[in-house]
Amino acid sequence: MQLTDERLEIAIGRMLQTGVLLAAAVVLIGGVMYLLHAPAGPRPDYSHFHSVAESLRTPGGIWHGVLHGDAESMIQFGLLLLIATPVFRVVVAGVGFAVERDQLYVWVSVAVFAVLLYSLWHIG
Amino acid sequence: MNTAEFSGVIFVSSVLAGLLGALTGLGGGVVIVPLLTLLFHVDIRYAIGASLVSVIATSSGAAAAYVREGYSNIRIGMFLEIATTLGAIFGAYLTARVSTHAIGIVFGLVLLYSAAASLKKKHTLSGTSRTGMLAERLRLKGSFPGMDGPEEYVAQRVPAGFGLMFTAGTLSGLLGIGSGAVKVLAMDQAMGLPFKVSTTTSNFMIGVTAAASAGIYLSRGYISPGLAMPVMLGVLAGSLTGAKLLVHANVRTLRMVFALVIVALGIEMIVNSITGRL
Repeated sequence: MQLTDERLEIAIGRMLQTGVLLAAAVVLIGGVMYLLHAPAGPRPDYSHFHSVAESLRTPGGIWHGVLHGDAESMIQFGLLLLIATPVFRVVVAGVGFAVERDQLYVWVSVAVFAVLLYSLWHIG
Repeated sequence: MNTAEFSGVIFVSSVLAGLLGALTGLGGGVVIVPLLTLLFHVDIRYAIGASLVSVIATSSGAAAAYVREGYSNIRIGMFLEIATTLGAIFGAYLTARVSTHAIGIVFGLVLLYSAAASLKKKHTLSGTSRTGMLAERLRLKGSFPGMDGPEEYVAQRVPAGFGLMFTAGTLSGLLGIGSGAVKVLAMDQAMGLPFKVSTTTSNFMIGVTAAASAGIYLSRGYISPGLAMPVMLGVLAGSLTGAKLLVHANVRTLRMVFALVIVALGIEMIVNSITGRL
């Protein structure tokens, strides 16, 4: 059992790294687009909170922006990928436990996944 | 300062924060939030939004390296993530309910605690005194590569550890940090797990915990792309570099110096929050 565990953990570690690098690459592309199109005036003011634009707060709005080549949407899309990475890792671990026939930990994984889904529900 | 210059300055600051976070073992979040709020006068909600995404990046980016060491325990991590993710959602709700001054004060206190914790002697309570039925039934045990072959360990005081993990999650969701210091406290001190197992498993858990509040932050508009972009890329680059440097550096002296920096930031956060400048 220990051996399978080890292999499972290594697979998960690699997967997390790939997810992060992918997300960082998308954020970087969005960042370059953002800076190329940045207005010449003074920098945006972050000292007063007024929440970001509605379209940058939902996956649908973000995807819509990406399709229209919007730089800020591209950055948000990269960040969405980033947020999805650990969520995906819970799924992979759950599948790994199922392969090991560890029913208890399949349910533990399902519980964590359910909590994550509940929080992601807010984005929708 | 125009947008490009500002992004550049934030990027460089974030690289430094990531370096500092990796070298102290505290994570980039506890450094970048005070930096953004105190130095650049960024509203704390934008600051914790940008910090939280960088926390996910650092935790997940370092995971592969940690896993190779063979210390992290995936079962203990997954079980305790039930507590940290629930706490994270609770913390994210609190962020919208309490004043920014209160968030600033709590942040300062966490900084002071983290600095103290990073300097404390690393020791694990020895002797398996109260190995409960719960730990056995939940299989919260494992082994790690010791000096002479694999060494076995079993978790103790599971309910206390679970409760502390809920607190760690709440702080993570409230402050946009990984709260690794509290997670390590829960595993190392409360549950009596070996220190190495505690730190690596904690790193594993930080990303999942942060993901639980990140969705709520995003929908509330705390995550501003123009700010989160340089912060996330900078902290990630800094922490990966820091992790590499860690192998060569004289950690003890570094920790002393950095702990003083963290203490100064903590006091500054508290004073600024009380005087209403944050």
